[in-house]
Amino acid sequence: MRVRERFRFLRSGTGVVGFALLLLVLGIALFGPFFAPHGPSEPIGIPFEGSSGEALLGYDGLGRDVLSRVLWGGRSVLALAGLATLIAYLAGGLIGLLAGYSRSHVDPLLMRGVDVLISIPALLFILVLITGAGTSKAVLVASVAAVQAPLIARIIRTATLEQSVRGFVEAAVARGEGTFAVLRREILPNIVAPIAADVGLRFTYSIILVASVNFFGLGLQPPAADWALIISENREGLTLNPWVILVPAAMIALLTISLNLVGDAIARSLGRTSVAP
Amino acid sequence: MSEVAHPAPVAAPPLRARHPVAWFVVKRIFAGLLTLLVVSILVFVGTELLGDPASAILGRNATPENLAEMRELMGLDEPASERYFDWLGGLLTGDLGNSAAGYAQGGEVPIWDDIKGKLGNSFALAAITALIMVPLSLFFGVRAALRARRAEDHAISVSSLAVSSLPEFVIGSLLILAFFAWLDVLPPVSLIAPGESPFADPKKLVLPVLTLLGVTCAASIRMVRAGMIETLGTDYVQMARLNGFRERLVVWRYALRNALAPAVQVFAQNIQFLIGGIIVTEYLFAYPGIGQELVNAVSIRDVRVVQSLAIVVAAFYIVVNIIADLLVMLLVPKLRTRA
Repeated sequence: MRVRERFRFLRSGTGVVGFALLLLVLGIALFGPFFAPHGPSEPIGIPFEGSSGEALLGYDGLGRDVLSRVLWGGRSVLALAGLATLIAYLAGGLIGLLAGYSRSHVDPLLMRGVDVLISIPALLFILVLITGAGTSKAVLVASVAAVQAPLIARIIRTATLEQSVRGFVEAAVARGEGTFAVLRREILPNIVAPIAADVGLRFTYSIILVASVNFFGLGLQPPAADWALIISENREGLTLNPWVILVPAAMIALLTISLNLVGDAIARSLGRTSVAP
Repeated sequence: MSEVAHPAPVAAPPLRARHPVAWFVVKRIFAGLLTLLVVSILVFVGTELLGDPASAILGRNATPENLAEMRELMGLDEPASERYFDWLGGLLTGDLGNSAAGYAQGGEVPIWDDIKGKLGNSFALAAITALIMVPLSLFFGVRAALRARRAEDHAISVSSLAVSSLPEFVIGSLLILAFFAWLDVLPPVSLIAPGESPFADPKKLVLPVLTLLGVTCAASIRMVRAGMIETLGTDYVQMARLNGFRERLVVWRYALRNALAPAVQVFAQNIQFLIGGIIVTEYLFAYPGIGQELVNAVSIRDVRVVQSLAIVVAAFYIVVNIIADLLVMLLVPKLRTRA
């Protein structure tokens, strides 16, 4: 019963299409390296030579096989954005739960901090952190998580606030249960729906941010194979071999579009209107 | 009027009762300045205290001697708090300091001289985008709402959801592929000489503006649609219809005004997308604005330039938000008394 309910979003047309596309892209990203004809960093052809029988998608600026690089280049996108989203949920979730549940000065204090962080445009905030801390995977993940955490904190605070005045919470408090026990056993299970409605959009936003920073050349460094980085480093060859831009761009597009379609369908199946990032 | 809450005897009603809108503006400006102050601390800590700006600029050329020299030149030997207040004082008096790129070349290049032309370029790009975005998203949003749950609404909603989930550089790259590599009608880069007007060659602006529209329109179309559907279901719209008003009048004159209130806030939120979008778009098209300048400054770790640009952009963002809140207040009378 619960499993069926969980997949209710598949009843809408866009939900099914999105889910199928998402499975396809995830499959390519995760299992692509097993099918790649070459290693991701082997220079084997003429730079920017177009599609041929040897190389289906031609070669990039350093004569590497584009198909192989695209097949290798999805893992970093998923891993970096996934990790950033996870960290953001842990940090933002904790802040949101504490702020929503506390009836003391903790709430306004935490929320003013959240307000200030949200008032800085996301990409600007990330670039400022990179200026100070340098370019590395850790900085990239941490800065994207830092941008997302306050947004998540807001959503979770609102949901927590709604629950914390319910009878079963009051009863638990009256039984003498501690704050963390109440949060974990009474409140958390009841705010799963708003979290589920939000998580797809959050992940999409993380992917967009991570990919944009990689596109600037301020995240992953060459010779890493990454969809955004492939686009960024081969821009001047776009008339010689359009595939080197088109295919990774299409992969990122398919990934974010399908995630958003699924997220939107889940949100609607839970009776919530989706909120754009 | 909820003035009963304060029983203290007062001769004249306070400002907030007499001019709620003015009071609101004062309050918001004060909050905005406070936010900006906190942002300046965050920016300073983020850029200067997480790493060493001098060694970042010199990179592999760093030797103990020139490192010490650079640190002295940039004033890095002073304590952090002193540096922060120096910088803040400079900001307040309009002196943004000198760029590190200038130091590296052995001279002093004031940041302001460097960025003032670029600010204008970015502003031109943002203004054109906003001017097209607002009517376009109103048109499509209202159309989708009027045909809610029919094929046209579905087409508009799904395609705007799809476009809004794309990173700017993906939209831009696909546009370059289509209009430059295949059709060869528009330039793939939008270089503008210093001092030249961005409007001198409108062709250069088409693809950057289209890229930005893709990101911003999609989100606002969805919000206008949602607001409009809600308003069209209200009693007064029903009443206007029953009174025999023409449908066009009901929609565009009566319903839209109320549907606009949430939409204005969305347009303001869109400025956040627009700022992020401008950074990416300018970098992609090599358009000489502050976004491109920012990315370049970050790649060479030009700390002073990053700090100044960050504050300028954050201030702009806060101002736009205040204006948007004010507009919402003027659009929806009942909010005025609640403030």
